[in-house]
Amino acid sequence: MDSKLGQSKPLMIATGVVLVLWLIAAAFPFFWTVWGSFKVQADFFSRASFWDAIFGPATTRQTGGAFTLDGYQGAWVEREFYRAAWNTVIVTVCVTSISLIFGTLGGYALSRSARKYTMWILMAALVFRAMPHITLVSGYLLPFFELNIWGYLPTAIIVLVAINQPFTIWMLHSFFQSIPKDLDESAMVDGCTRFQAFRWAIMPVMWPGVITTGLFSFLLAYNDFAVTAMLLNQDNQTSVPKINSFLGTVQTEGTIMYAVAAVVSATVPLFILVMFFQRQIVSGLTAGAVKG
Amino acid sequence: MRHRDFAAFILPSAFAMVLFIALPILSVAVQSLFVEHEQVVVTVESCGPFGCETQEKVDTQATAALRAEQPLGRFNGLGTYLNRAHLAVDEIGVILSDNDGFGDVMARIYNLPFYKALAFTLVYTALVTPLAMILGFAVALGVNNIPKIYKGPVIFLSLLPYIVTPLIGSLILFWMINSDGVIGASLQWLFDDPELSLKASPTLTWVTLIVYGIWHMAPFPFVVFYAGLQTLPQDTLESAMIDGANRWERIRYVVMPHLVPLATFVGLVLMMDNFRVFEPIIGFSSEANATSLSWSIYNDLNGQVDQLFGSAAATSILTMLGVIVLLMPVLIRTWREFNRKAH
Repeated sequence: MDSKLGQSKPLMIATGVVLVLWLIAAAFPFFWTVWGSFKVQADFFSRASFWDAIFGPATTRQTGGAFTLDGYQGAWVEREFYRAAWNTVIVTVCVTSISLIFGTLGGYALSRSARKYTMWILMAALVFRAMPHITLVSGYLLPFFELNIWGYLPTAIIVLVAINQPFTIWMLHSFFQSIPKDLDESAMVDGCTRFQAFRWAIMPVMWPGVITTGLFSFLLAYNDFAVTAMLLNQDNQTSVPKINSFLGTVQTEGTIMYAVAAVVSATVPLFILVMFFQRQIVSGLTAGAVKG
Repeated sequence: MRHRDFAAFILPSAFAMVLFIALPILSVAVQSLFVEHEQVVVTVESCGPFGCETQEKVDTQATAALRAEQPLGRFNGLGTYLNRAHLAVDEIGVILSDNDGFGDVMARIYNLPFYKALAFTLVYTALVTPLAMILGFAVALGVNNIPKIYKGPVIFLSLLPYIVTPLIGSLILFWMINSDGVIGASLQWLFDDPELSLKASPTLTWVTLIVYGIWHMAPFPFVVFYAGLQTLPQDTLESAMIDGANRWERIRYVVMPHLVPLATFVGLVLMMDNFRVFEPIIGFSSEANATSLSWSIYNDLNGQVDQLFGSAAATSILTMLGVIVLLMPVLIRTWREFNRKAH
């Protein structure tokens, strides 16, 4: 295989070196921060030597052990990070499920129609997909203030669903195109309506595509900062804007380890997600490229 | 598919997109033509033991009433677009008519807030897109060569920078490059300069943000190119070898034609995502040295005293125009392809 690809020994060594350096760059920051989140500030941001962050002499001095849960205690209990985490759960679950319901219906329709308006919808979706989210947010604020719906979770959820739609229908559109048309058309010949054909012929085979798309809807909702930071009030904040609001207050009070602990807490679900759904994420990332 | 069925299936999705994407774009366009009310000023005469004097006072009640009555503000036409905070037409005119050469023009234009944000956004997009693709391709070649059992864990670690929340990723790196953090301290030691700080100078801030961008984005081209390498047409490669094609010819005529469509796709998605660069500027607190278009909008909307809707809307419209210019080639291609398929 290698000889077919046309790779020579020097090239293989070079790519091997790049790979090792890349792996260190990609993974080291996360492990460093996870480890450091169990130390005190004097160790994690040590003026003396960064070895302190590894062995934690100040942590031992201050708390009696080499590891401390002070940061987590401060973030989760004292600063009530659990509220933000719960809001994140509500937002991501709702956004993912509603996006998928809307998206499967829309994506299916787009994949089974070759009319002119199909193309216009797909092109509009492409433009919408490219719009920076914050430009849309500047359009929401004033109307939402006037309608008195600013600050509530349902508002942010429906906005995130809408922002998610262009991506979701593009992805599901190309997925449904890979399901043979004969499947639902033969069901319709047997007397099913279009919806029954979708329900009984398509739905049983669509789950791989739906799960992959769902992962990306989840990531968009989970990783969003622009929408949730601007559209939710203090009480309804989700984790990411909450971490940002930590920064303003913790730096003055010398409790930056709260923010570090919160950051690690918010990264853990993503770690688990990649661990279990690595194959789906990889196939989702490549889907658009392979199918054009 | 019948029109009626199509409409029924697409309705929820189309409704959501019209209501929360198309209408907001219209709302932004309208808002950009208006500007906040000026404060209502009343003249009051106050008489004290040393005689009377007239004072100008802000009538907060009347201002609030006026704002409640007309929340959009007063009509300003294209005024917001042309003012100093956006296209700065007058200022540019002055700079162009009176300057000390090209460098001076550039430096002075760069000091205008909109052009400062635009410059960083464009440089970031133009550098991060190709560099992330090159790094991603190199990593894909590397992963392609390692034994199969290592591939799973290697791909897992490689995906992390891309999957992690951008704000969180930038914070993690920001804490490490802090002069008390591990990378910051190591760089000080390496260059033997205890004053060295990546946050202090504009150039180093730009470099930091661009390195962050490459780190964050590289996994995406890596995954796509890696998948592309798995589906290389083996038969074609073998027949090329039998026909006597040397290594370079095989890369040039078999491998590259296979990967170019992937590279176009990756390049486009990266460009769209890089153009909206926003979270790293907050995570790295770099607003003094580097701002982006998205950040300017956020900053206008997040004002401590007043939210500048008009100003944010004007920047938003200019940003959207930029996105459409970037997307033009793809839109034309999609349109052509669809017409070819339809006929």
